[in-house]
Amino acid sequence: MEYFAIIISAIFVNNILLAQFLGICPFLGVSNKLSTATGMSGAVCFVITLATLVTYLLNAYLLVPLKLEFLQTIAFILVIASLVQIVEIVLKKISPSLYQALGIFLPLITTNCAVLGVAITVVTKEFTFGAESHMLDLPQALVYALATSIGYGVAMILFAGLREHLAGNEVPKAFKGLPIALITVSIMAMAFLGFSGMV
Amino acid sequence: MGKKLSLITDGFIKNNPTFVLVLGMCPTLATTTSAINGLEMGLATLFVLVLSNMAISLLAPIVPDKVHIPVYIVVIATFVTVLQLVMQAFTPGAYATLGLFIPLIVVNCIVLGRAEAFANKHNVWESALDGIGVGLGFTLSLTVIGLVREVLGSGAAFGWKFMPGDGVLAFVMAPGAFLVLGYLMVIFNKYLKKS
Repeated sequence: MEYFAIIISAIFVNNILLAQFLGICPFLGVSNKLSTATGMSGAVCFVITLATLVTYLLNAYLLVPLKLEFLQTIAFILVIASLVQIVEIVLKKISPSLYQALGIFLPLITTNCAVLGVAITVVTKEFTFGAESHMLDLPQALVYALATSIGYGVAMILFAGLREHLAGNEVPKAFKGLPIALITVSIMAMAFLGFSGMV
Repeated sequence: MGKKLSLITDGFIKNNPTFVLVLGMCPTLATTTSAINGLEMGLATLFVLVLSNMAISLLAPIVPDKVHIPVYIVVIATFVTVLQLVMQAFTPGAYATLGLFIPLIVVNCIVLGRAEAFANKHNVWESALDGIGVGLGFTLSLTVIGLVREVLGSGAAFGWKFMPGDGVLAFVMAPGAFLVLGYLMVIFNKYLKKS
């Protein structure tokens, strides 16, 4: 039951883009075309889940026992940056086709605040389940990370679909480009607000 | 002197990080629920921006080109950690409200962007002035967005309530953030941007 609550909450209720505002820069940057949006969502999904696994273990078995929690920010960003590099090298070697699809997005992901945001959230925030609240254990943290990145993908792909249509419409000059995109996202966020109170 | 001054004032309109460069969108949208919150977030970023700009302009000549990005990120992360500890000690209230977005200054593209585009090619004083200029520009836009959302959303300005009851609650919530930023960008494009 807790897993179900985590999944629904992470995908719809607390959608990472539309409710938590993490990873907005790539969201606005690469959502012009449906295909690039799909590629970016795939890469983000992969990196967020992997990064959460590594940083969770690092935090639980190294930083907490040594009382070095104040180093979280530095340690996590270093881990994420090197992880992205490793993923890039490994993918290039073992699956060139996947590398072709995700490759160009990987360097961008280091500075995607969604990755660091999720990694910090799972080790610092207490989650509420019904009456009680507690920190996530490792499987729950991984489910949360996966569900959050699926939520990222859902919002990203929906928005890319909208934006492709937007490109063909005539809008006043001052609204062209980002302003009209932001206003569209606002309406999407309103729709997602309808999910609040579900969990 | 005029050149030095323009380093600071460029950040307000010409190189405004929010409305012209469109950088650092996450804290811009997330922390501007009120004018005060926007102001605090802007000042926190300003702090990191000035210090990291200065450190990077000093380090740039000795850092090998191949590893410069990781080095810059570590420098920025160090100043962010300093900021976290200082805020925990002296402004615990602001630290609690801004929450996750203080550590996330590390991945704010404004900071790394200025390091790459300005600080590694200029001397330490020019870099400091650039940091102050861009930081103040960021603070200004965050405060304006926060003020608009606070006025419409809770009928108050800088915590001073001028209207009984609640405003349009949606402006304080997520959709309002996107909407206000979108419309402010339109106003900026129409009246302030020099084409």
